[in-house]
Amino acid sequence: MNKTWNNKAWFLVLPVLLLVAFSAIIPLMTVVNYSMQDTFGNNQFFWAGTDWFTDVLHSDRFWNALARNLIFSFVILAIEIPLGIFVALNMPKKGIGVPVCLVLMALPLLIPWNVVGTIWQVFGRVDIGLLGHYLRILGVDYNYTQDPVDAWATVIVMDVWHWTSLVVLLCYAGLVSIPDAYYQAAKIDGASRWSVFRYIQLPKMKRVLLIAVLLRFMDSFMIYTEPFVVTGGGPGNSTTFLSIDLVKMAVGQFDLGPAAAMSIIYFLIILLLSWVFYTVMTSQDAKG
Amino acid sequence: MNTSDTKRSWSWVIPTLYILFLIVPIYWLVNMSFKSNSEILGNFSLWPQSPTIRNYMVIFTDPSWYNGYINSILYVVMNTVISVTAALPAAYAFSRYRFLGDKHLFFWLLTNRMAPPAVFALPFFQLYSAFGLIDTHIAVAIAHCLFNVPLAVWILEGFMSGVPKEIDETAYIDGYSFPRFFVKIFMPLIASGIGVAAFFCFMFSWVELLIARTLTTTDAKPIAATMTRTVSASGMDWGVLAAAGVLTIIPGALVIYFVRNYIAKGFALGRV
Repeated sequence: MNKTWNNKAWFLVLPVLLLVAFSAIIPLMTVVNYSMQDTFGNNQFFWAGTDWFTDVLHSDRFWNALARNLIFSFVILAIEIPLGIFVALNMPKKGIGVPVCLVLMALPLLIPWNVVGTIWQVFGRVDIGLLGHYLRILGVDYNYTQDPVDAWATVIVMDVWHWTSLVVLLCYAGLVSIPDAYYQAAKIDGASRWSVFRYIQLPKMKRVLLIAVLLRFMDSFMIYTEPFVVTGGGPGNSTTFLSIDLVKMAVGQFDLGPAAAMSIIYFLIILLLSWVFYTVMTSQDAKG
Repeated sequence: MNTSDTKRSWSWVIPTLYILFLIVPIYWLVNMSFKSNSEILGNFSLWPQSPTIRNYMVIFTDPSWYNGYINSILYVVMNTVISVTAALPAAYAFSRYRFLGDKHLFFWLLTNRMAPPAVFALPFFQLYSAFGLIDTHIAVAIAHCLFNVPLAVWILEGFMSGVPKEIDETAYIDGYSFPRFFVKIFMPLIASGIGVAAFFCFMFSWVELLIARTLTTTDAKPIAATMTRTVSASGMDWGVLAAAGVLTIIPGALVIYFVRNYIAKGFALGRV
């Protein structure tokens, strides 16, 4: 759509600008402020320059949390995207099955995040949980509160449970937009199942898949509530992702300076990722 | 259509298995919510042996529990109204006009949707303390605007761009003023978009815990925070915890049917 140039449109944007500025810019300035000062209590602050940034960038704690978070994000993407495509390809195209599938699959997406954590915390417990109980019966030594591997497995399966449906629904939206004529043409040409997927379905899903990958990556990058409820970041620090570490530092230990410096670094990473997301989205909008 | 017929006869297996995987953990929570604590801890069973509604009665009779729901609903509704009202004109501006800094502004809004709440938790606490707003519903409602206003703007912009611009121009030629055109003609055209945006604001405010918990202590404490406190303090009242969890799923489950075709669009910021 060709838009007209009109600077008066600013008046329409003004309420949003004020509202979000109050919620975003003022708090962010506070963070910047803290990241460059030191305090010994009594509201007395001393200029610390970039000391906190150097500290954070040289601490193993930050790099470990970042590494854990990156591994987590890549693992869930590697599971959720193929699984999501696979389920979407096999979803019914018409009939009563469509609304049934859509409604049931969307259910986990709408559950409060801490309840998602609670569900899996209960589900995985060896004494009262279905999963933990049967894994024990099968002879698996499973205990997510003590074993880091089990904790990771639980958190990953939980995220797959929680968010794969998003990938399914996005891919499905891409698939139903393919006209029947395409499939008929493929049939006449005697195309194999794989060629239909590779040359008809995948290109049509490219756009939504890109959105799915970016959304899942960003949201998994700021995950907090679900693993916090299930494992509390433990055992040890094994499931302490960036957000959990940051809250521990800021609210738990009240290390304002390092926490603020870490916030800024964290935010810059997110900013970079958002820019990728924005570029992809708008270039696709332009293509139509 | 030979191959597709044989394919169709088996393709239901995969969605069914997947849905089963989704439903079982939820079933387990529902199952637990109808058991007494002694049954939960004592004998392991796939369905309640002696079903009880005691857990739900605890929630509906104890003010510290049911106030959690009232608090949550209050700030969520406030937030939804504020977010959608503010986002409507802004989304119109983004979908119809080019103006100084429009792309930067649109991008900046997106960064707020993507920003980790953990970064904002502590500064929010200090900001709202300074204004004396801690432990009020409006504080949480405004704080949640951080990610809900951008979400609403992006979703509404997606829907508005689907409405041809000729409609606006015709209305202006017919002598409609902007506010009258917007309310009388334009808003009915994107009614489904407004519904979807409102639903997603409601949802994301409802599921958020970190900021809501940081900004409240007692009077405006959301149900989600009440639940975590019970887990850590008394620790063992699994039945009530399960019942509380089931009750938080209900709002989403009730409206899910109406938004089923828009869920992908809403989560993808109006871009499918």
